[in-house]
Amino acid sequence: MDLPRYHRLRSAYYRLEGQRCASCDTLQFPARARCGSCGGNAFEDHRLSGRGTVYSYTEMTQAPAGFPPPYLMALVRLEEGVLLAAQLTDIDAHEVEIGMPVEMVTRRLREHGPRGFLVYGYKFRPLLGRRLVS
Amino acid sequence: MRSREPVGIAGYGAYVPRYRASTASISATWRPAGAAAAAVGEISVAGHDEDVVTMAIEAARTAVDRSAVDPATIGAVWVGTESKPYAVKPSATLVAEALGITPGVVAADMEFACKAGSEAMQAAVAFVGAGMVDATLAIGMDTAQSKPGDALEYTAGCGGAAFLFTPAEASLATVEASVSHVTDTADFFRREGASYPEHGGRFTGEPSYFEHTLAASRRLLAELGAEPGDFAHAVFHQPVPKFVLRAATALGFSHEQIGAGLLAPRMGNAYAGSSLLGLAAVFDVAKPGDRIFFCSYGSGAGSDAFSFRVTDRITARRQGPAVTDYLDRRREIVDYGHYLRLRGKIRRA
Ligand SMILES: [Zn+2]
Repeated sequence: MDLPRYHRLRSAYYRLEGQRCASCDTLQFPARARCGSCGGNAFEDHRLSGRGTVYSYTEMTQAPAGFPPPYLMALVRLEEGVLLAAQLTDIDAHEVEIGMPVEMVTRRLREHGPRGFLVYGYKFRPLLGRRLVS
Repeated sequence: MRSREPVGIAGYGAYVPRYRASTASISATWRPAGAAAAAVGEISVAGHDEDVVTMAIEAARTAVDRSAVDPATIGAVWVGTESKPYAVKPSATLVAEALGITPGVVAADMEFACKAGSEAMQAAVAFVGAGMVDATLAIGMDTAQSKPGDALEYTAGCGGAAFLFTPAEASLATVEASVSHVTDTADFFRREGASYPEHGGRFTGEPSYFEHTLAASRRLLAELGAEPGDFAHAVFHQPVPKFVLRAATALGFSHEQIGAGLLAPRMGNAYAGSSLLGLAAVFDVAKPGDRIFFCSYGSGAGSDAFSFRVTDRITARRQGPAVTDYLDRRREIVDYGHYLRLRGKIRRA
């Protein structure tokens, strides 16, 4: 990932900021030019809750450069209904169950060598402790 | 020291990573068979995707969520640490960005070895107490560094806590007073470009930890006109459990008073996170009306002592993960090699 692209994606990477379609209210993440539901192109920013359940998952053993395998990729169904792809963390493959509650955490996604910049972004981990109010 | 306007803590959050390395596995590599057991049984270890920034973000989110404070009113974020992911580039701006409170916010990293987090607390009280901002976030967090095979490797843990300071009327605990006690003492240091800290033999302990902890604590007690017996809980910086026991005993605090905040036996010493995490664990169990005594220690050297009084709001501000939830979700690292890799002490060539 290049630095300008990472800089542009900070709100999505750090805070799960997606979009709400101005015409049909559909939420989508990540942000796109058109609404996947009605084709509209007017949106407002919408920060997602970060809480959801595991919809599906797989263990990655062959991975792109910069992502040392093995790691777990999941489709997470957020409370708001949005489905997104993200890494699971703080869990081993045999512990994952479809439907298990997970929450968004900010983690180091990759580093560009010992002298390069660090990329931080969202992953999901098993819901920990008592649930927060907000 | 007291602020002009009364200040308190409105929300708090902790973080301890999931991995634990048994100190027996470190002993097995470096010490002769039959050597005495280490001062703590296991140390907490950050995962491969964790560092001070990710850990600070999680503790800060919990603190803000618990506080019922509008994040937009947070006017300052300080991260106290001695294991910054970047040598030059603030951790605090990343935390502020993750909380969605940039750009109208004061943000910086604090450096004072193991008391960098309480340094952030002193500044947080001052900014709110002076009426400059409505809320300030003070964080102490470390992935504690130690040389392979060094005595520190048997106690260096990872973790810390965040506290959101606001005017006292919205707080779960009010700040009664604080003091700071510093001298130039080179008991522990890390030079620019060096990967691991050095510690200065005979300067460890007596002229450093005990001298500063006892002096700051006694000065705060005198300033408050208080006795150790007036406090329900006391929290100290935790290099090893026996240091805490000795300092507490010298001051007149009992084992019962230090029990709730003494976490080193389960996770080691999280450097700038150590005493703040102990304070978070005390907030997890404190009762309205309790007074809490707090004293940090940082090499170089100095101590910050604070006195808090818990309010009725505490019971409604404990949603989300407690310190014990983090300590209980332990996953043991079986071998020393895995520990070295997670802590970045060895890298794939
Ligand atoms: Zn639409």
